Amino acid sequence: MKPAIELRNITKTFGNVYANRDVNLTVEKGEILSILGENGSGKTTLMNMISGIYFPDEGQIFIDGEEVVIRSPKDAFDYKIGMIHQHFKLVDVFTAAQNVILGLEDKKGFNLKEAEKKVAEIGEKYGFIVDPKKKIYEMSVSEKQTVEIIRVLYRGADILILDEPTAVLTPQEAQKLFAVLRRMRDDGKSIVIITHKLHEVLSLSDRVSVLRKGEYVGTIKTSEADENILTEMMVGKKVELNIERDEPQNPEDRLVVAGLNCKNREGIEVLKNISFTAKSGEILGIAGIAGSGQRELLESIAGLQHLENGEILYNDPKTNKTENLRDKTPMQIRDMGVRLSFVPEDRLGMGLVGNMDIVDNMMLRSYRKGKSVFLERKAPKDLAEEIIKRLDVVTPSASTPVRRLSGGNVQKILVGREISSSPTVLMAAYPVRGLDINSSYTIYNLLNEQKRRGAAVIFVGEDLDVLVELCDRIMVLCGGSVSGIVDARTTTKEEIGLMMTKKKEVQEDAN
Amino acid sequence: MQTNVKHTKEPLITITSRGRDSMPMKKAWGVRAIAIILAFILCAVVIVMVTGYNPLKVYAELFKGSFGSSRKIWNMLQELSMLLCISLAVTPAFKMKFWNIGAEGQTLMGGLAAAACMIYFGEKLPPIVFFPLMLVACVVAGLVWGIVPAYFKAKFNTNETLFTLMMNYVAVQLTSFCIVFWENPKDSNTVGVINRATQSGWLPELFGQKYLLNILIVALITVGMYIYLKYSKHGYEISVVGESENTARYVGINVKKVILRTMAISGALCGIAGLLLVSGTDHTINRDIVGGMGFTAIMVSWLAKFNPVVMSLTSFLIVFLERGAGEIATKFQLNESMSDILTGIILFFIIGCEFFIQYKVNFRKKNKEENV
Repeated sequence: MKPAIELRNITKTFGNVYANRDVNLTVEKGEILSILGENGSGKTTLMNMISGIYFPDEGQIFIDGEEVVIRSPKDAFDYKIGMIHQHFKLVDVFTAAQNVILGLEDKKGFNLKEAEKKVAEIGEKYGFIVDPKKKIYEMSVSEKQTVEIIRVLYRGADILILDEPTAVLTPQEAQKLFAVLRRMRDDGKSIVIITHKLHEVLSLSDRVSVLRKGEYVGTIKTSEADENILTEMMVGKKVELNIERDEPQNPEDRLVVAGLNCKNREGIEVLKNISFTAKSGEILGIAGIAGSGQRELLESIAGLQHLENGEILYNDPKTNKTENLRDKTPMQIRDMGVRLSFVPEDRLGMGLVGNMDIVDNMMLRSYRKGKSVFLERKAPKDLAEEIIKRLDVVTPSASTPVRRLSGGNVQKILVGREISSSPTVLMAAYPVRGLDINSSYTIYNLLNEQKRRGAAVIFVGEDLDVLVELCDRIMVLCGGSVSGIVDARTTTKEEIGLMMTKKKEVQEDAN
Repeated sequence: MQTNVKHTKEPLITITSRGRDSMPMKKAWGVRAIAIILAFILCAVVIVMVTGYNPLKVYAELFKGSFGSSRKIWNMLQELSMLLCISLAVTPAFKMKFWNIGAEGQTLMGGLAAAACMIYFGEKLPPIVFFPLMLVACVVAGLVWGIVPAYFKAKFNTNETLFTLMMNYVAVQLTSFCIVFWENPKDSNTVGVINRATQSGWLPELFGQKYLLNILIVALITVGMYIYLKYSKHGYEISVVGESENTARYVGINVKKVILRTMAISGALCGIAGLLLVSGTDHTINRDIVGGMGFTAIMVSWLAKFNPVVMSLTSFLIVFLERGAGEIATKFQLNESMSDILTGIILFFIIGCEFFIQYKVNFRKKNKEENV
């Protein structure tokens, strides 16, 4: 049987950078193929060329044994290829069915009833739960993803490409998705999933193709693979996959948050009665579905959110005084002598300035020092050199604009600056998002180092495996409130997963 | 696979952003040089086709427009310094991503204040009192015109582009109103040269050159602005606010304060430009005294990527082209529109070439096997 897709010697460059170089790949009919690779290894670029978003510089694409040219997503649909992107492309105020038929040209005219029926049918066939009349803004992330998948199926796709489909799902939701994908495979469809999570590859796919730095490394059957083999293929060398975890030393209550309420600009409550304590010498993990209030919580502590009520009490280890950080600006917090460091989620939009060089980014926190009206660049320059050296930042020089660095190096610069002030409280939001394995472990080590130093570390993460291994305690957020704080040493991923969606189920019960 | 559409050809051109991997400095300047050469070639074609003149002769005249005589050189330097002064004034605002298109009005207000001082106090106060007074009046006038839109932006988040634009009209109407009081001779609806006989309130000549003082003042402002933007804490704050307001909030910069302060500086410098125009150059006031420089300055500033030193080159380029085009128009008795066309072509190329610096254009490779 001819393969569903065959790629031969595909090359794509952006400027001087090879995103893909001489990649060969086959996707068989009726299989689930995982494309595995670290961030920046060219997985998404490769798939974007199949789905018509990019056009390859060199190489050939064969579908069903015939060479084709795919110039646009419409061409891809003509070849029955559909891609589900990481960021959903849906119209919020439309219903599921309206979104599904959006952009379709139907000569017979626009028949919403028919579409709704067909959407429900597709859902039933593969075991989706979907209400065609539900509006997108009322949906959870996993429901939105379902709509995206149905939209592709509705257009008759036989080859489905999913880009990191589980990044936004709880473990339970991911299991449901996997069941659906298996049913599709059994129906004869080809599924390609892009991922960097090993356990997903092992539990779901039939074969794995590995990319490293834009180049094709090889393909193996999942039945013959294990985590070590796959990691080695991905990274190119053996990697120790264990995260250290020491027992907290003399934990003291450093930050006591009580009854925090916060509304966003639209007046919607984003934090509801949040109370917790962050202790010195421990890592407090924060888990939750994306958008459950993690960002608002950290920003509240950093003095960037207006609070409805609640208290943020900081116990100063030097003076043993307790201060309330509520309604203080970041400046005032610093002037009070609170060494609070914050690695925000949006690195280049908040933590750093992309167009400025590394030295100028080092000054962001400290440029005000001294009475002179002029800037003092000597100390920031030394700090930049030191961070580049100590954290192995790959950069031409300290005067390179930060936006030119890769994701991992950008993060090292940001974390490096934040820990350089020897913080007593260190908050980090998704600090390893988009980073390769080695950089991720560098960041985990830095967090552990701060913990040992006696800082209270607050770590917002999305990978539950990492949270369970790295943290001492984990607080789970759900819809802006705390659904529980658990001991990371005794909890399981499944328990946390349930807590992440707990409130929704309670509401459903009430209905 | 069953499909009706089969594309057998690759797209001819694909455009990719250079992204992280931007073009090296030298190559970028090469592209700009090529753009200017191409622009002159195209202009030559247009000249030959439309007028039949020898394009080389026309270009020689273009050059003479700025360098034809020592008087022309001084005039060119004077125009250059005025344009540069206003460009420097708008730069901190634009660097902060505050779309200030009100430099025209801010400069006019400065000029109006200068004229008022010259008319009411020029002959009454000794120069040592008069000049500082005029300076303060001009700075305040420009500053007010700059800070009002900034205040509303900071306080109510109004749109600064519309606000500054409308302030221009207010300034023009205010000038018309004052001209009614100051007109000289009566019913001429113009102010005429102020204090023609005594020359009191006029900026003094230096070494017999009436524009030299203007030029030196602007040169001083250029250096000052370069240092302010690059080495001062204020300049650093302006960059951070301009690049990302979120970052500014995150590090505790008071964004509203920076917006107000920067627009105050921007407006005050425009006020000084108005002073130089009225007291140092024209010695009169009319509605069109700024002559669109408030808008041209925006282009000068952006072309120079907000670098005050480079700005002296870009403003030279604009002034050179304008003067040259005017020279051609009179010399060859061409319509004024002809010179506008030539200036337009050249600017189109200069601005258009930035596209090729930002993006990479890939053509279909000929030697590659065509698809079946």
